[in-house]
Amino acid sequence: MAGKRKNSQAKVAGDKGAASNGARPSVVVYWIMAVVALAGLADATFLTVAHLSGDDAVCGSAVGCSTVLGSAYAAIKGIPTAAFGTVAYFTVFSLALLGAFGSAWVRKFLVLVVALMFLASCYFLYLQAFVIHAFCPYCMLSAALTFFLAGLLLVIPPAR
Amino acid sequence: MKRFLPFLIIAIVALLTVGIATAIYRAKMRPATPVAATPVPAASTPAAGASAGDAAAVATPTPEGKEDPSLHVRGPRTAPVTVEVYGDFQCPSCGHSAGIMKELEAQYHDQLRVIFYEFPLAMHQHAMEAAMAAEAAGVQGKFWEMHDLLYQYQAVWSKVSDVSQFFGSYAESIGLDVARFNADRQSPDIRQRVMSQGEAGTARGVKNTPTIFLNGNEVRAGFTRDSLQQAIEAARTPKKGS
Repeated sequence: MAGKRKNSQAKVAGDKGAASNGARPSVVVYWIMAVVALAGLADATFLTVAHLSGDDAVCGSAVGCSTVLGSAYAAIKGIPTAAFGTVAYFTVFSLALLGAFGSAWVRKFLVLVVALMFLASCYFLYLQAFVIHAFCPYCMLSAALTFFLAGLLLVIPPAR
Repeated sequence: MKRFLPFLIIAIVALLTVGIATAIYRAKMRPATPVAATPVPAASTPAAGASAGDAAAVATPTPEGKEDPSLHVRGPRTAPVTVEVYGDFQCPSCGHSAGIMKELEAQYHDQLRVIFYEFPLAMHQHAMEAAMAAEAAGVQGKFWEMHDLLYQYQAVWSKVSDVSQFFGSYAESIGLDVARFNADRQSPDIRQRVMSQGEAGTARGVKNTPTIFLNGNEVRAGFTRDSLQQAIEAARTPKKGS
């Protein structure tokens, strides 16, 4: 029993050691990711609400924006595309926050979610450039945030 | 405590997101108060007077948009598809969809009948003035010409503080009697006409602009050329079969 406790204490000490060694910069990166994800969450939530309420004023004088947000790609089976972004950014925010508080396991989930977001952003950029032929600034911001998140994730070393 | 702190923050962010989103949604879903939607006594809707020309009666659109000679209609009454547009001249999406509608009108010729209703939103600084300018042009039989110009140059006049000169120049360019146009576009009768159309739109459930009805059914699929063309094709089909 005592041996078992010693063993688990050693394991905890090992985790803490790992966290204090290479993890210090990682913690900062996780915090940055959380903040970036919050910005993305605000952007996607705003677009979701605008879509659901049918508000066009969201676009100001940008006609391209109206074209994109009024296109058939603005919703998937009746669900606003931006709503998927809201869920994705919230997931990234939650995982990054847990990472910032020392949970090393979050990285692999972050990699999965951010990779999906990265691919989705590339697809939406393709749609805007070659199918809809118009760009929506809010969608471009979301894509930029996702690319930034992907870049930040590369900085974090994989958990051993 | 530190163990639960991230979960606490996550929960707070989730609650804030849902709360703020709900608040914004509710605020937006309140029937958009068009400038025109202020209650207007029905009795105070006189004709625009001796100068009212082709649009002597105040527009009182019926849900089907039929029979009223004061309506702004483009296309034959026999057209199988009637497109009713509730628009705000300062709304970018309206400008965009107006361009698409014009292309579709050219494509479908006598298959399409377009009716325009004023629905100037209070959120747009010059929307009411633009609606009144269009109605004033209508008094001289040039509503659609002014309609097209207002949308064409929307990005220009939307940004200025005084639109009078711009609207005056548009009136001149389409051959209107500018003095009469300027008098009409400030007249209470014209304002009343715009208000009546906005009010009728609100009563019909219009909340945003543009709101488009095809043969009485609201188009909800977005206002790209493809989606509108599909909706028109769909609206034509039952007529073809009958």
